[in-house]
Amino acid sequence: MTSQEIHDQLKGKFGDAILEFKPDAVVDPYVQIAPDRTKEIGLYLRDDPALEFDYLMCLSSVDYNDGNLGVVYHLNSLRHNHKITLKVRVPKDKPEVQSVEAVWKSANWHEREAYDMMGIRFTGHSDLRRILCPDDWEGYPLRKDYKVQEFYHGMKVPY
Amino acid sequence: MEQLLKNLMGDNIGVYALLAVPPLLFIVPYALFAVWLERKVSAHMQDRLGPMRVGGWHGWAQTIADILKLLQKEDIVPTAADKTLFVLAPFIVFVGSYAAFAVIPFSSEYVGSNIDLGLFYLVAVSAVVVIGILMAGWSSNNKWSLFGAMRSAAQIVSYEIPSVLALLSVVMIAGTLNLQEFNHMQSGWFWNWMIFQKFPFVFIAFLIYFVASLAEVNRAPFDIPEAESELVAGYHTEYSGMKFALLFLAEYANMFAVSAIGATVFFGGWNSPFGDFLSGPLLGVFWFITKGMVFIFIQMWLRWTLPRLRVDQLMYIGWKVLTPFAFANIVAVGLWMIL
Amino acid sequence: MLETKEKLETKPPPTSTGKTVRTEEMVLSMGPQHPSTHGVLRLELVVDGEIIVDVIPHIGYLHRCFEKHSEAMINYQMVIPYADRMDYLASMSMDFGYAVAVEKLLGIKVPERVEYIRVIMAELQRIASHLIALGTYGLDVGAFTPFLYCFRDREKILDLFEMTCGARLLYNYIWVGGVSHDLPPTFIDKAKEFCQYFKPKIKELNDLLSYNGIFIGRTGNIGILPAEVAINYACSGPMLRGSGVNRDLRRNDPYSIYPRLEFDVIVGKGEMGTVGDCWDRYIVRVREMEQSVRIIEQALAQIPSEGDVQSAVPKRIRPPIGEVYVRTESPRGEFGLYIISDGTVSPYRVKARSPAFVNLSVLPEISKGYMIADMVAIVGSVDIVLGEVDR
Repeated sequence: MTSQEIHDQLKGKFGDAILEFKPDAVVDPYVQIAPDRTKEIGLYLRDDPALEFDYLMCLSSVDYNDGNLGVVYHLNSLRHNHKITLKVRVPKDKPEVQSVEAVWKSANWHEREAYDMMGIRFTGHSDLRRILCPDDWEGYPLRKDYKVQEFYHGMKVPY
Repeated sequence: MEQLLKNLMGDNIGVYALLAVPPLLFIVPYALFAVWLERKVSAHMQDRLGPMRVGGWHGWAQTIADILKLLQKEDIVPTAADKTLFVLAPFIVFVGSYAAFAVIPFSSEYVGSNIDLGLFYLVAVSAVVVIGILMAGWSSNNKWSLFGAMRSAAQIVSYEIPSVLALLSVVMIAGTLNLQEFNHMQSGWFWNWMIFQKFPFVFIAFLIYFVASLAEVNRAPFDIPEAESELVAGYHTEYSGMKFALLFLAEYANMFAVSAIGATVFFGGWNSPFGDFLSGPLLGVFWFITKGMVFIFIQMWLRWTLPRLRVDQLMYIGWKVLTPFAFANIVAVGLWMIL
Repeated sequence: MLETKEKLETKPPPTSTGKTVRTEEMVLSMGPQHPSTHGVLRLELVVDGEIIVDVIPHIGYLHRCFEKHSEAMINYQMVIPYADRMDYLASMSMDFGYAVAVEKLLGIKVPERVEYIRVIMAELQRIASHLIALGTYGLDVGAFTPFLYCFRDREKILDLFEMTCGARLLYNYIWVGGVSHDLPPTFIDKAKEFCQYFKPKIKELNDLLSYNGIFIGRTGNIGILPAEVAINYACSGPMLRGSGVNRDLRRNDPYSIYPRLEFDVIVGKGEMGTVGDCWDRYIVRVREMEQSVRIIEQALAQIPSEGDVQSAVPKRIRPPIGEVYVRTESPRGEFGLYIISDGTVSPYRVKARSPAFVNLSVLPEISKGYMIADMVAIVGSVDIVLGEVDR
């Protein structure tokens, strides 16, 4: 299936949860979806026999530096061998996205990493802890406005 | 020799103290040599050279340097450890393996104590090692050590049974437990050795004994108590310096002890394989140690070839393979003797 | 975690004497300093005797901020040494993935000769990486000798790399738009020689380790990862193929010149137990090395003898505004790079989807109910490189 067809099918099913489709983006076309409906869209994408996106290749978090954070899902179907990119955008002051851990288990650690690095909170995640940084680290390192903390347990952090 | 010393010095405690010295004089250089040998053997099996520098020829002084290093090392006792047991454990382990040497006949003229219950004593006293290992594992206050100790205890206790049963079938043939008598029975050419008697039952007994003895001394593929990749170093994880060296020494002494039993019971002990040719008290020592070292080499060979068993597989082999076979072997030998 | 607490509170059944014995599960911290966690991985094991009740992996001890570093770089090429250090056992593959991603973003094609050099390097690297994986796996289950045999053979590959680019571990060889040096004149012959040398060594490894009874006993039917679980957890590489899923990015999402080369995709068949057990994952790696040799031999035969190895890429790469997700088959699986360009000379955001990170996340799923010794075997069969897990 082409990305256009995938988008049309999603649009028909979910309507207003599908915000934008950009078929002419440089390199990868993507579909923008609503952050509070990622799980049901994910379930549909995974279970619909025509789509069957059973493989979450990557889940990335992005700071767009305009007051918004984003999560990007790269999906792949092993059977149909087609791909689609989903995107959500959330405001930086209330970064909440529905977790897709229940859909693709691989999202578990990816979402933890996104939480750790970008501070995006995934609602419905079973174990949302920091994964790479220590549990008591301050701030979210990959945000563009991140300032490293002065001291961590008495150790000077910036070198 | 015992008699000679008694004549010289009278029947006093000094005689026994003197008699106890030769094994100690043997164990320490032997352990140094065996550790060096192990490193060289493993190295050559693995396309390496092993230690090459210390002392010149093939790094012969490497282990001496190692022991000097260990002597100078700080003796760490973990804060949370049970200090008394922690300090005591290596000595008990060593005493267990050293005591076993008391009845091992090194030559026709030398045996520490020529008692009639020799083999029985040997098997019994070498089990003291378990207590030391349990103490070491428990007192270290380290979960890995504890695992190692529990595994070790379970393993040694389980494998004691097939090994004793295997020896028992030979004892039935020999009709004695005195190790020196075992040697006298097997004198002459090598076909008089026990291993070739009542073929193939003694041979089976030997195989069972050898496998079980590997497990008893925690050698690969049964080295699960100190399985490096699983339990870090098992019961001696927390030991350092001389205490570690002592545990190490005991391990190698144990290796020789089980090899010595194998050599004495099955392979004629200090007897020359060629009848009277090259035999005598001093050459006896040579033959005995050579036979022991052959077993030790085989132990090393196995260690550097085979992967390690898992603890349940180990128990399976001990209880469901070796023990039944050992029993069957005893019955077979018994029937042979009656018929 | 919750499950564990509940289990701790449940009372065990009374023993035969009628008394209730209090038993407790023990929390065992395996790592970060442990001989067989392959680096600084820490596993919090909840064990009942030797049986594992729960596993909680803790990672991040080797986090070096690859993604943040990439954003701070002055230009795109400067990311490559950092990419090198992600999977330090397969640096070539990391460079390759990054170069392919940036080239796709730029929309350029590299010269033929470069493509061949890259594929040869990537496949040599795959063999080297698998050799370490197999050797250390032998070490994990207690076989020491295969480890050194594997290192001996890896050494030959490192020699080839050294004569090409001077480095033995972190190569910085595959650049955006080309490679840093052309092959030295004797490389082709030396590589052919290596292929001839290496083929019998695989048999040696099989004789010594793969078909050893104890080894099979330790790895067969252990850590079974069913195909659907593997897909749901987005496992990749030998981990996924070990579960019987025929999927190799060199085939299914081809890049570079792989479509021209002939090779088989190896999948686990459950020969020594169940499909997806540790032995399957192990043997997939062994057989993949054979296929890699095949690929190298073809590439060595086809490589154009002349050609520029640094195509006309400007000194300062300035890709158009856009983003790309490119995945390549690293020895450990799908190595994905998500690069966002904002039109400036340095990347706006780089997200590395490292295969070992994703493969490791399946660990709690496949290791419950086994013993501590099996845990070691399972971790080894996942083949993690912590540099890549933590980035």
